[in-house]
Amino acid sequence: MNIEELYKGILEGNRRALAKSISAIEDQHPKCEELMSRVYKHTGRAHIIGVTGPPGAGKSTLVDKMAKEFRDRGRTIGIVAVDPTSPFTGGAILGDRIRMSGLSTDKHIFIRSMGTRGHLGGLARATSDVIRLMDAFGKDVVIVETVGAGQSEVDIVENAHTTVVVEMPGLGDDIQAIKAGLFEIANIFVINKSDMEGCDRSVREIQIMLEMSPKSPDEWEVPVLKASARDNTGIKELTDTIDRHYEYLKQNNLLEELKYKSLKYNFQEILKEKLMDFSFDESRKEDQNILKSLKSGKIDPYTAAENVISRFKVEKK
Amino acid sequence: MSDDKIRVLVAKPGLDGHDRGAKVVSRALRDAGFEVIYTGLHQSAEQIVETAIQEDVDHIGLSILSGAHMTLVPRVVDLLRENKAEDISLSIGGIIPDEDKEALNKIGIDGVFGPGTDTKDIIAFIKKKVGK
Repeated sequence: MNIEELYKGILEGNRRALAKSISAIEDQHPKCEELMSRVYKHTGRAHIIGVTGPPGAGKSTLVDKMAKEFRDRGRTIGIVAVDPTSPFTGGAILGDRIRMSGLSTDKHIFIRSMGTRGHLGGLARATSDVIRLMDAFGKDVVIVETVGAGQSEVDIVENAHTTVVVEMPGLGDDIQAIKAGLFEIANIFVINKSDMEGCDRSVREIQIMLEMSPKSPDEWEVPVLKASARDNTGIKELTDTIDRHYEYLKQNNLLEELKYKSLKYNFQEILKEKLMDFSFDESRKEDQNILKSLKSGKIDPYTAAENVISRFKVEKK
Repeated sequence: MSDDKIRVLVAKPGLDGHDRGAKVVSRALRDAGFEVIYTGLHQSAEQIVETAIQEDVDHIGLSILSGAHMTLVPRVVDLLRENKAEDISLSIGGIIPDEDKEALNKIGIDGVFGPGTDTKDIIAFIKKKVGK
């Protein structure tokens, strides 16, 4: 792997270079840190849109339709679609593209499927880096589709500027709508499959939930939209609303804040991982001893962690 | 920690709508620890090659039961070459007569798997081809 070639390729818009770089990041190739460090200064231009919601709500089909609408508005698009990795075999079936096959020969759209590879939170470990690669590659819009999300897969808010939560009619009652988690992170709600029975009721329930949270007058009011990705209705309204949210963020100086938040989050994640690798290594004798004591019940997990950390604590003078 | 995962594109080119085989193979590859990108039905050679490039796969498995393999397969081979992606290996699954098998061998396709193939053989073949 040649970092220089990949780096140049990304900036020149070479699709193979982008694809190879993404694989390197996913495989945690030792040289990819250098690549990301160099790529970072070319990022920050793309509008990053997160699309999340339960399995089967129609996220992929909706992303397909949204992408077409954005293309009609002359924008270039990157799509990152995340599907779950088997915790038993490490394998995965990545099937989001099936709903997007009309997009695959448009040279201004780049789609990449990712397995979660053991990462929780709705995204893969490498997803934020992949978003930044597509940003540096020059995509105007990067759409990130999470795994089918339950209630707590909310990592997407750390990465996206605009978060769209996709629901469908008939998924639980008004109690579901006031629980914490997925329902709190939406900038825009879409009730997809609006041709199904119960759509208006779902819209009302979510609206009532939203009215409960106090808001200042200039704050973004979370809209609840109806769409049918299959019948291609409500798509234009959705993309209009996404654009309006982006404008809102820019005009209220919130975009810079979000970008900083995301950088800080990435930094902390990287630091956590590096500190773990640096401080604990199962091939070292002293670390094996800690695990032995843990196994025999001599120490508990808190004490074990404290034992590791105490090695690095400097005595206060 | 570097972890090189094998990525495989399972694609159905052409007009036949029989994807049970493709799904069985996809599932078997998943259980072997591969990342499988499944394209769905009715893909053109252009769509398949572009998808293979974007997804940076190591291998493409084409499932063809329409009898059009002698048109579709060479087209995929040509497009891979045009895109400088001939390092991506290919295998074919479906109903392929013996004389066509030989013709396909001549254009460099040595993995042709007919009905009754043990999925273990396909997994072993891909592992050997990819060499990860």
